[in-house]
Amino acid sequence: MSTIVLLTLTGLGLAALYFLVASGLSLVFGLADVLNFAHGLFLSVGAYATWWAAGNLPGAGPSGFGFVLAVAFGVAAGAVVGMAVELVMIRPLYSRTIEQVLVTVGLSLAGVALLQATWGADPRPFPRPDWTQRVTSVLGAKVPNSGILLILAAALVLAALLGFLRYTRYGLVIRAGVENREMVTALGIDVRKAFTLVFAIGGAAAALAGALGGVYFGSVSPSQGGSLLIFAFIVVVIGGMGSVVGSAYAAVAVGLLQQFVNYYGTSGAGDICVVALLAIVLLLRPQGIAGRAATT
Amino acid sequence: MTTGVKTAAAANPPAVPPTASSAPAPRRNWRSALRAWSPLLVLLVFAVLPYSTVSVPGVFDGPLNGPGTLQLLAICLVFGGLAAGYDLLFGRTGMLSFGHALYFAAGVYGTDILVTKAGLPLWQAALLTLVGGTILAGLLGAIALRTAGIAFAMVTLAFAQVGAILVARDFGGLTGGEEGLSLDVSGLPAMLVGVGNTVNLYWLALAYLALVVFVVHRVAGSPTGRVLAGLRDDERRIGVLGLDPYRFKLLAFTLAGGLATAGGSIYCLLVGGASPHVTSSELTLSLLVMVVLGGPGTRWGPVLGGMLYMYLDHRLTAFGTSSAVDSLPGVLSGPLSQPLFVLGTVFILAVYFFPGGLASLSTRLTPLRPLLRSLLRPTHPTRRPPAGG
Repeated sequence: MSTIVLLTLTGLGLAALYFLVASGLSLVFGLADVLNFAHGLFLSVGAYATWWAAGNLPGAGPSGFGFVLAVAFGVAAGAVVGMAVELVMIRPLYSRTIEQVLVTVGLSLAGVALLQATWGADPRPFPRPDWTQRVTSVLGAKVPNSGILLILAAALVLAALLGFLRYTRYGLVIRAGVENREMVTALGIDVRKAFTLVFAIGGAAAALAGALGGVYFGSVSPSQGGSLLIFAFIVVVIGGMGSVVGSAYAAVAVGLLQQFVNYYGTSGAGDICVVALLAIVLLLRPQGIAGRAATT
Repeated sequence: MTTGVKTAAAANPPAVPPTASSAPAPRRNWRSALRAWSPLLVLLVFAVLPYSTVSVPGVFDGPLNGPGTLQLLAICLVFGGLAAGYDLLFGRTGMLSFGHALYFAAGVYGTDILVTKAGLPLWQAALLTLVGGTILAGLLGAIALRTAGIAFAMVTLAFAQVGAILVARDFGGLTGGEEGLSLDVSGLPAMLVGVGNTVNLYWLALAYLALVVFVVHRVAGSPTGRVLAGLRDDERRIGVLGLDPYRFKLLAFTLAGGLATAGGSIYCLLVGGASPHVTSSELTLSLLVMVVLGGPGTRWGPVLGGMLYMYLDHRLTAFGTSSAVDSLPGVLSGPLSQPLFVLGTVFILAVYFFPGGLASLSTRLTPLRPLLRSLLRPTHPTRRPPAGG
């Protein structure tokens, strides 16, 4: 019993990580039709900015309020990088989908190499508060606190995103844009402002994933974003491109499947099951679980 | 008669009008003949290159027939062929596959495992690998092609990721996991083993490149190739014409997969084993970079792009650690020592400013040609155009 509880909670922790990356990816893809390969870079930027802030920013540190400040700095850095990428690199290529993908591919290669040049290819120990390294007893299972932190953060982000999308004017524009961009433009609303906003939100969520993932794994390395990105892509496709809620369901399914199969089967079998799940979903329901709608 | 005209038109580059070959001017005739035969000339130059002991300082370390230079050249040739095969998907059919590395890796690991673990002779191993890789591409393509566009890209990416996981986790102790698997050379033909025989591998790589270019060229010129180009430009129209897009796309996907598998077998011989980085999605991304840098959908662009990319990838590492870069301030020398940073940046700039890649350079420079000519012949004032002075 305690094993199942432990596997469920660590699986949910993994799912939280996937969701934080996939939600932004999904919104960006749904609204702007950009398959953003540089999303993994946003994650790495968030992780490195948090790591840097904890050591160098006055007031920030590896524990207590200082850590919150460091994470906030990392999230802000991710949002700024996301916005800058949209304004400088994506916008000139508006409606040329393949070129946009190519530019983000180039950016992900160059950006990771730049991080590597600046801080080296080896993993760096990540600053983390003491309490995240301890475990909490849940129903007899000893669950690492960092996993619980991830789950709580992802739940908060999900709630905040849904609230934003449902009850604000910009949320309305984004939801409408995901469903039918031409119509929104025809009604005289500048959708491109929403593009920038979605990139900023996606960058911030990915940066948060980077910072909390750093706490979870205990280290940060330039290539971390890339390996998470592939599973985030799978989550986005399974969940339905453009749907935040779909991403959440798909992240939970993928995280749990991966964790349970990896534990009871051989190591690595879970990852393969996830791809099999993707193939099955695509064959039965090519538009994903939720289809093309932001909050259903 | 019609076929004769057709082949003449196909052999000439599109810039030269087809009537040029029948034009009376002998000079022009000579030139177009040269252009038609130039691929063979280049092939000949590359084939006799190992007999030259000329050393090109700064471009290669040591003389041209040194084993290090030959190996670097051979790797460039293999990747030129690989990029040309990938272009069959991306540039000529318009399919954005992010999983092409899988079939290349199947070639590398298939050959390695069959030779080293199963002890088969090389030709059997290579043949089995080629058949296996082609079947794999056909099967996975049959599933992935149920989707289109970006979803297709993601599905191929996911399949390639499974390959990477299988190799990295080392199921059954076949792949050697993170450390890779070095090739057992005891059963190989003697002419392919050892540093002194690098030249034979070089010729093998050259033959592979020539084969891929020939196959891609023949396919692109055939009726099937026209259908593929039609799929790239407007898939619905092909469907309306009564042709099945799925079949043609699957054919292109399988053929490109088979070509990549063959390249993997040669690469395995060339570097003497397999390492997990050939399964990484980064390799597919760099194939994409090669094709776009060279010029998608052109005959020589992807080859040129692939060779140049691999050359730069290898040489920039040496350049990055050279004293010229080290003496720069840290802000510059750090990024410049990362080949991927330089290549990624060049790639991004190419997407914005050179959409046709290297292959479009000659047409882009055409407006400058009269100017150049007038500059080169300043001693004949009568031939100078009146406005050019």
